[in-house]
This record gives sequence, C-alpha cells and structure tokens, in this order.
Amino acid sequence: MKKLVHRLGIPGSIALAIVTLFVLVAILAPWIAPYPLQGAGAPNVIAKLQPPSASYWLGTDHLGRDILSRIIYGTRVSLTNGLLIVAFSLLIGLPVGLAAGYFGGWIDEALMRGTDVFLAFPALLLAVLMAAALGPGFLNSIIAVAVTWWPWYARLARAEVLVLRGQPYVEAARLSGVSHPRIIIRHILPATGRPLTVQAALDVGPALLTAAALSFLGLGILPPTADWGQMVDAGRKFFPARWWYSAMPGMTIFIIALAFSVLGDALRDRKGGASRASA
Amino acid sequence: MPLLEIKNLSVSIPTPDGDVHAVRAVSLDIERGEIHGVIGESGCGKTMTGMAALGLVPKGARIQADRFHFDGEDLRENAVRLRGRRIGLISQDPAAALNPVLSIASQMDDVIRAHRDMPRRARRAEAAGLLAATGLPDPERVLRSYPHQLSGGMQQRVVIAQALATGADFLIADEPTTALDVSVGAQVLALLRKLVAERGLTVLMITHDMDVIAEACDRATVLYAGRSIETGPVDDVLQRPGHPYTRALLAALPDAAPHAARLSAIEGSIPAPRSTIAGCAFAPRCPQAMPVCAAEPPPERGNDGRRWLCHLPEGTR
Repeated sequence: MKKLVHRLGIPGSIALAIVTLFVLVAILAPWIAPYPLQGAGAPNVIAKLQPPSASYWLGTDHLGRDILSRIIYGTRVSLTNGLLIVAFSLLIGLPVGLAAGYFGGWIDEALMRGTDVFLAFPALLLAVLMAAALGPGFLNSIIAVAVTWWPWYARLARAEVLVLRGQPYVEAARLSGVSHPRIIIRHILPATGRPLTVQAALDVGPALLTAAALSFLGLGILPPTADWGQMVDAGRKFFPARWWYSAMPGMTIFIIALAFSVLGDALRDRKGGASRASA
Repeated sequence: MPLLEIKNLSVSIPTPDGDVHAVRAVSLDIERGEIHGVIGESGCGKTMTGMAALGLVPKGARIQADRFHFDGEDLRENAVRLRGRRIGLISQDPAAALNPVLSIASQMDDVIRAHRDMPRRARRAEAAGLLAATGLPDPERVLRSYPHQLSGGMQQRVVIAQALATGADFLIADEPTTALDVSVGAQVLALLRKLVAERGLTVLMITHDMDVIAEACDRATVLYAGRSIETGPVDDVLQRPGHPYTRALLAALPDAAPHAARLSAIEGSIPAPRSTIAGCAFAPRCPQAMPVCAAEPPPERGNDGRRWLCHLPEGTR
C-alpha cells in the first residue's frame, strides 16, 4: 500500500481510490443504492423534484426518483460504456496497427491512409454523425465512439511494431523459418500489448466522457436506463431552479473524468519501473 | 560442383548521391563440408556478401553476378525460400538473436515446429537433443532458462542449435565470436568444426580476425573494397600470401611484430564505397605499387583453388 502511494504519488493514489470506488459502486449498485427500484427506472411521482434532504441525499428528479440511486445505477452504464468503447477500439486498432507495422510497404500505406481518414474528422463530430446515422441506443453509441477511437490504437500499435520488427531476434526467428503469424503472436503482440493495455486502461475515462456527451445530446442511452449524460440533459429543463437535477450527475462525470486523467498522468510519471505508458 | 558458387557478384545500393558499391566483384567457391573464411576490414563487403546469399539485401539493391548458385539453384530467385530451410544464419550477437522474454524452450519449439510435424513431447526431446549436440551440459535446465540466465557462449550454442533445428546444411556465421571472450570464442569455433565433421555441414565464416581463420577454416577468401582479391587453402593464404594486402594484414597482427615494437598498420584508408575504381583498389596504399596498378585491373595469378589478383608477377615478393 505504502509502496503504491510512493509510486503513484498522492494525487495519483487518490485518483486510483476514486476509480476503484466507482468500480465497486457499479458492481454493488443494487445493494448500495438507497432506492434500487428507482435507480432502475421506476417512477415515484409523489416526491417530484425535491431538493437534497435526509431521505434523498442528492434530491429527486422530475419523476421523483432518487438522484443518488440513479447516479449509482448510471455508474454501471458509464463504466461499461467506457470499457466496451476501448475494447472495440482495440479490437479494430490493434490488428490494423500490427499488420501495417509488421508488413510495411503498400499494406502499411493502405491501412494507415485509411486510418488517417478517420482522424481527419473532429472526434466528437464524427461520433455524433455516426450516432445520428445508427440511431440512439446502448450498442450504437458505443460503436459510434469506437469508430473515432480506434485510429489512435492503430497508430500506437504500429509505432511499437516498427521498433520491434527491427529487433535481431525477430529477424533471427524469420531466418529460422518461423511463420509470420507465429512471429506476430510470439514476439510482437506481447510486447505491443503492454503499452497498449496501459493506454487503453487510461482511455476508459475519456471514452465514457464522450459516451456521456452523446447521451446528453440524446444520441446515446435512452430512458428509463439511468445514464449520467442523459440525466444532465433531462435536468437542463429545470435549471437553475432545480439545480441539483443536472448538477449532481454533472459533478459525478467531472469527478470520474478528473480521476482518470490524474491517474493517467501518475501512471505515466510513476517512479520505479519502466514508464512505457507514454503515448 | 561447389555447394555455394559465386562468380563476380556485385551488390549496389542506389542512393540519392549515387550508387553505393557494397560488393564489387566477389568470387567464391565453397565445397561441401568445408569451413570457408571470408576476411576483410569493415566495409569490404563481407557481411553484404553473406546477406545477399540469404536474400537480405536492402530494398532496391541490385544484385548482379555471372554465377550466384547454391546447390545448383540460383540464389537471386531462391534465397528467400532456401533460408531457414537449407541456409541458416549465426549472427554476431547471440544475446540480441534471442527474445529476452521467452524461455529457450519456447524459442526452440517455434523453430522446430516450423520445420517438422511432430507432437509436442517429441519436439521437446528434439530440442534437448539439439542443445546437447552443441555441447551444452544439462539441456533440460537450459530449456527452462531465459536468455539472460545464460552466458554469451551458452547463448551462441542455443543460436547454433536453432540453426541446426531448421535442418540447414549450410550456415553463414557472421562474426560468431566477436561478442564472446577469446576462450569462449575458441570453444564455439571448435564446436562448429565438430558439427561440420559430424553432420556434414558447410560453413561460410565471416570475420575480420585472422586468428579465427587460422583456427577454424579450411579455406579462406580475402576481400578488399568489395572484391575478392585472394583465395586459397588457409595454410597457403596465411603462410604464402600472394596479394600485398594480405601480406600487410598479416604483418599488422600483434604476434608478427617483435615485442614492444610499434605495431605495423596499413597506411591510408579503403576507397569510398561510391567511387569507381579503375585499377587495383589497393594500389593507393600498396608499398609495391607500380604505375600500371592504378590504371588497369590486376590480372589473376595462381592456379586452381589458389588465386590472387595482382600486377606483380608471381615470385616477386
């Protein structure tokens, strides 16, 4: 524990604690939410738009649902969103980067120019376009963000492969008649995997932020599923008189995005061990 | 017929500032079962000659030759197919040729499974057998090890075992002892000699070290500025060098000089790889140079299997 704090620094350790807390909250949502049914979407019209109080710590929304419970349930959606976006992006970006870097030549040119097309658009604009084209919904919003995300992994993977490809042991394996797929799996993938997974872990925060932005625009998660971005949007109509409706989920997004960002910096500059996470 | 037959090989690499002539005119015949040394100073084209035989020349390089054949197959077309099957490489730095994060067992296994269809257990036994053949004691322990747990000499034996695992009968050893200390290097050379005798291998030994030639090779070819200038049985080349460059190289050896005397060096430097050479490439540095040397390419002296290129008539030393 002490060692961890030393390696991440105090801000980094706090950020790690916050991220861990959110993960736990997501897993334990039905057990820790004060009003699990409301968190899942059940209306409670007798307590509409109540300010924070002892029974509703963060107030209630326009359907009388406890905002704390909604935020807790929203954690599940947000973290899943973040994880799946990064997973999908890796699934596309990693093979593209590996192939481009390893084989080089026209394969590299074709793949990386294709990648550049995606990078040419502003990320959020492209995500909005994709979401608008695919229609709202959980999976569609994830795909929409992943489409803007994978080129970065492709580039990162390619850069790593370019270094590895020139390693004498890769050439030696090649000269010993070891096949391309086997060399990629044995020598290239494990070594690119490490920096990429670190990068991916750090990207969960920004990814869920983007997904929340889509939800805010009505292009992501649809009610009654609780989602932070969508809550901020729904509360907008009652702002500033019922400020807590938008502010509470907004603060939550702010906290987790900040936590991921600080954690990312801490991991990059961590003391001891190789800091290969820098991308 | 020689196993490797090279006649007038040239490798030039186009660059924006003109062609780099890495290899200008190398001729080399390697008979089955011999260790053939190729010696020369840095930039003489010895490594590029080996790489050309492996099909590993830089992109855009032009290979030209009157003959460039391995066991009757044209290397210009078949090098990529032959390497890793019949032609193996033992590189200069065994530590770099092994992946530091994979065990020896898995790296051996990768090579064996690429060439032979056998069950896992048999492959493991094969790997242990090959390691034992390279003189490694306790092959099972070596298989469980990672490269950093092995000494340089052990690593080089593992690399040799990998080359054997491909089933290659011709090995190109590119300065296999440079990264090793002298006594370990001598052991590796002894191992190569043993493998040549026991398994009928043929080895092309690239080196800049006359001692390696004397110790391990049957025949030797001396390269200067991308040309093979002298070739012959090692004893002849070392004791009765025909070419003034070979003589100068031998004179520069520390044990050729009286103790405490200043070591002799060859004055001047090798011609730039971009230049064109009209006469003998060594003429500007040659103590016995004559006017003709700079103007006309030197004629071939000697006879079958013992040849050198020089304007000096035979017998004038």
